[in-house]
Amino acid sequence: MFVEPLIDPFAANEFMRFALLAGVLVAVTCAIAGTFVVLRGLAFVGDALAHGVLPGIAAALLLGVSGVVGAAVGSLVMMGGVSLVSRRLRLSGDTAIGLLFVGMLALGVMITSRSRTFVGDLSRILFGEVLGVDIGDITLQFGALAVVATVAFIARRPFLLLCVDEGLANTSGFSSRLFHNLLLMIVAVTVIASFQTVGTLLVLGMLVAPAATGALFARRISTMILIASVVGTTSTYVGLLVSYHFNLAAGASIVLSAVAMFALCAFFSEAKKAVGKKDADEHEHPHEHQHSHSGSHFR
Amino acid sequence: MNEKNRATLLADQLAVGYSKHPVVKNVNLRLTAGELLVLIGTNGSGKSTILKTMAGLIKPISGDIEILGAPVGSLPKRVAYLPQHPISTHTLPLRVRDVVAMGRFAHLGLFKNPSAADKKIVDDSMRSTGIDTESDDPIRDLSGGQQQRTHLAQALARQAEIMLLDEPTAGLDINGRKLVADLIAEQRSRGVTVVLATHELKDAESANTVMLLAQRVVSIGPPETALGDEYLRECFGFTQPH
Repeated sequence: MFVEPLIDPFAANEFMRFALLAGVLVAVTCAIAGTFVVLRGLAFVGDALAHGVLPGIAAALLLGVSGVVGAAVGSLVMMGGVSLVSRRLRLSGDTAIGLLFVGMLALGVMITSRSRTFVGDLSRILFGEVLGVDIGDITLQFGALAVVATVAFIARRPFLLLCVDEGLANTSGFSSRLFHNLLLMIVAVTVIASFQTVGTLLVLGMLVAPAATGALFARRISTMILIASVVGTTSTYVGLLVSYHFNLAAGASIVLSAVAMFALCAFFSEAKKAVGKKDADEHEHPHEHQHSHSGSHFR
Repeated sequence: MNEKNRATLLADQLAVGYSKHPVVKNVNLRLTAGELLVLIGTNGSGKSTILKTMAGLIKPISGDIEILGAPVGSLPKRVAYLPQHPISTHTLPLRVRDVVAMGRFAHLGLFKNPSAADKKIVDDSMRSTGIDTESDDPIRDLSGGQQQRTHLAQALARQAEIMLLDEPTAGLDINGRKLVADLIAEQRSRGVTVVLATHELKDAESANTVMLLAQRVVSIGPPETALGDEYLRECFGFTQPH
């Protein structure tokens, strides 16, 4: 039957069911945090945070401590470093982020190289091990989703103002510095909770691609988060299936599915715009009529 | 002192600028309810820097400034600020109504839900700027002029006692400019103090006070004296045709 290859991998294997559940939790968490990352233009910060956790995780693994603790320390160092370098040295934000990004990445690789299983450890940190997640990882991801969703809901107004204009946030009574840092914190929580599933390198894809797909169609922030969640969840399912049937890396398959969905949707959106424009031209520029009509109401 | 004569904005020997480098010094002001102060000057003359200082976005370098008897930036519900080139909205998935509703956030804070009165204020603000017919359109699909009307509506929705407007007529056609002039007149009649930064001499005609700027206060006073030929020549290098 046609549906069996779509269902059987999950029905017959517990590790696939765990992977799907973990992937969906990562997808929804990334959809919430990623929406604000895309709208506030923080993709590079997200990338830096994702790589900034690498030395923390590597050091934790060498010391036999939980990788999550190491990732948390790494992200704190990264956030503090970016803030310090950009303020004290009067460098632009992207220069400060770029410097720390490569510095932390290099440090992470150096620490990992002390391990006997260097390639395996590095590969697991960078690309995740979604097929190896256990109930503890899923609990952690559920907790991260609860934290990210709660903070995003409570701080939705200042986050929205920040996406528009920092000055507008400040003059509306919300500290732009406080809420920017809170936004970075939810990105860090997302990265820390997701590295086991999709890895530190690929988590950025889940933060950016589904949210960017949502931005193509949504007219409201809530709709953008919903579309991003659906795209992320679908990518997880498709990616796991592809990985199972073609024996490909699971984390990479999930992220590539998300990017492919963005590409397809962007193509569809542009094609729709082009057809709409052509129709408008053929019908004597109805938009102009609409605008001039609305203009006639002005005093 | 009666309510009408109470100072809404006071500045004493104020110096404004960035990183301890003053752009304009010796700013002295006393505005009361319903007054219009117009800041005029070329690009870089210090208009926006003064407005940002009044909005509490940058700290004064020296001197004193207070708004409604309180430090600047401490009364977000009572002061509205419209920045120059306010928003890069081309990527934001927001409808016109959502952008205007953001003007109520200072009153709602983090937790309060918008009431029927808040929604009416948003509707009325959109109607005032003539953007109500596009209320459900995505702002990224609108023209520059329509976006500017949306931002103006957002500032109106704050229902503030002081409005700080940085080049509100930028990108507007002649109808839009008249609309802004009418809106300012209406706000003043309701006792709102308005500070307007512009490079259009015409915008200063109905002002109580005009401050001519060229990285210093060239002149200050009623339009007929502050826009005298010698001051205009000093500021712009030309005079108005008589």
